[in-house]
Amino acid sequence: MAAVTPLLSTRGLSRSFGGLRAVDEVDFDLPAGEIRAIIGPNGAGKTTFVGLICGRLAPSAGRVVFDGRDITGMPAHRRVRAGIAYTFQITSVFARLSAFDNVALSVQRRLLDAGAGRPGRARLEAGVDRALARVGLAGHAATLAGNLSYGHQRLLEVAMGLALEPRLLILDEPTQGLSDGEIAAFIALVREIAEDATVLLIEHNMHVVMELAGRITVMESGRILAEGEPAAIRADPAVQQAYLGG
Amino acid sequence: MRTDGLARIVALHLGLVLLLLALNWLLPEYHRGVFSRILVLAVFAMGYNVMFGYTGLLSLGHAMFFAAGLYGAGLTVYHLGWPAPAGFAAGLAAGLALALAVGVLALRTTGVAFMIVTLMFAQVIYLLTLYFTTYTRGEEGLVLAPEDRFIALPGAVLDPTDPSTRYLLALALFAAALAATVAIVRAPFGRTLVAIRENEERMRMLGYDVFANKLAAVAVSGVLCAAAGAAYALLFGYVGAGFASIQYSILPLLWVLLGGAATTLGPIVGTLAMFYVVDVTSGYTSAYLLVVGLALILLILYFPRGLVGTLRERWLPWLP
Repeated sequence: MAAVTPLLSTRGLSRSFGGLRAVDEVDFDLPAGEIRAIIGPNGAGKTTFVGLICGRLAPSAGRVVFDGRDITGMPAHRRVRAGIAYTFQITSVFARLSAFDNVALSVQRRLLDAGAGRPGRARLEAGVDRALARVGLAGHAATLAGNLSYGHQRLLEVAMGLALEPRLLILDEPTQGLSDGEIAAFIALVREIAEDATVLLIEHNMHVVMELAGRITVMESGRILAEGEPAAIRADPAVQQAYLGG
Repeated sequence: MRTDGLARIVALHLGLVLLLLALNWLLPEYHRGVFSRILVLAVFAMGYNVMFGYTGLLSLGHAMFFAAGLYGAGLTVYHLGWPAPAGFAAGLAAGLALALAVGVLALRTTGVAFMIVTLMFAQVIYLLTLYFTTYTRGEEGLVLAPEDRFIALPGAVLDPTDPSTRYLLALALFAAALAATVAIVRAPFGRTLVAIRENEERMRMLGYDVFANKLAAVAVSGVLCAAAGAAYALLFGYVGAGFASIQYSILPLLWVLLGGAATTLGPIVGTLAMFYVVDVTSGYTSAYLLVVGLALILLILYFPRGLVGTLRERWLPWLP
């Protein structure tokens, strides 16, 4: 295992906002095929950290390496094309477009990048249908995204990420605001996604984390506090301290 | 989007062009002249619509692109003796060059700052037309001689001073611009622009180069507006600084708002409606601008999506 190059790694990755070091010299490795959860109290720097990975934020220092390439200076849209998809913490769908059109933008991007010239209508529709079906929104293709229920908007967001066929899918608090039934379906969905993509998950719901994560990274005050398998993390006194208070 | 409706979209737009073609023989002389002008200015509005309607970039300086075409064609024909088609091409090239230059700089800003920056660039162009008054004759303008505007084709010479030829040339330009707009709107590029208008950050995180796409929209818009300007110079034979003034930056915005932003037919409907509201009311009162202003206020209050936009919203959701 040790010889395998990780799909994603960061070295000394830092980001300061004014005097606050939101992410502080983080060394992080994520092997391909894993489901990794990042947990930590509010303000621990989780969203900032994944923002640095997907290029929404520029780091103050450090490097990001994806699939053996240094992508630290690469703009966000090119990282997406390189295979890093990000779903937003705050639902960010195109409210005035139909669910179909939302996902079509992802499929169109992928088809354009595949270099097959202008994406044909049939392939576009097939790609959209497949992504919507995978998240269970097949019956809602024509609905305006803004008229979908909150849970369905979250799923649409995931479908847009999926349709890019990423190698690394970053989900930022995907189950926030979902009902218990929706969460159960979501867990099954992420397991299925993980069969052909690596998943990096920021999540507060410990049930979801324990169900899904192969390994857990715990962040606190911009640093990695602990990393390990779920059982070990649960038993770690430092984690209990950070999470539950002393 | 699923209900493709390509057939009826083509039928509608083709039908409109054929109707306008028939009007060449049906309209009284005065109205045919008015329509020639409207068709050219509708192309200006269509160019504006690509940026404002579809991409969500509110420019207050589009007179500069119209003027780039107008002077690009006018100066080369008047001073260099270029034949009309070469002058037209020079107008397009001037529009493209200006659009790329202004786009690269102005797109670094958004919102209100973008409006101000485009307004300022347009003022620069306007003042340049006055500064080089030796060549442009400023407000007074240049009048192109009829024979300089002839378009030589193999076996025929088109004379834009003939009202019928002029109308048909204006219609040909309009039809080409309309076809281009419909094609763009239905292409992946058009969907990309609309999505950027709706949620720029999301588009970036779907792997789209937002800046490059916006710049392309400015270029398309600039070229369409320059085509209108160049055609105006050649068809009507007058090139004056008035067309570079702030008034001609505001007019396409009003035409597009009136007709319906982000609709392919909004620009022609809005331009036509505005012209005839002015035409009819000025026959009754010298205070016609008061009536026009009132009409616009009512329109924005009750039909904020414009005439075609309201049609699409209420009854015809398939309109592109």
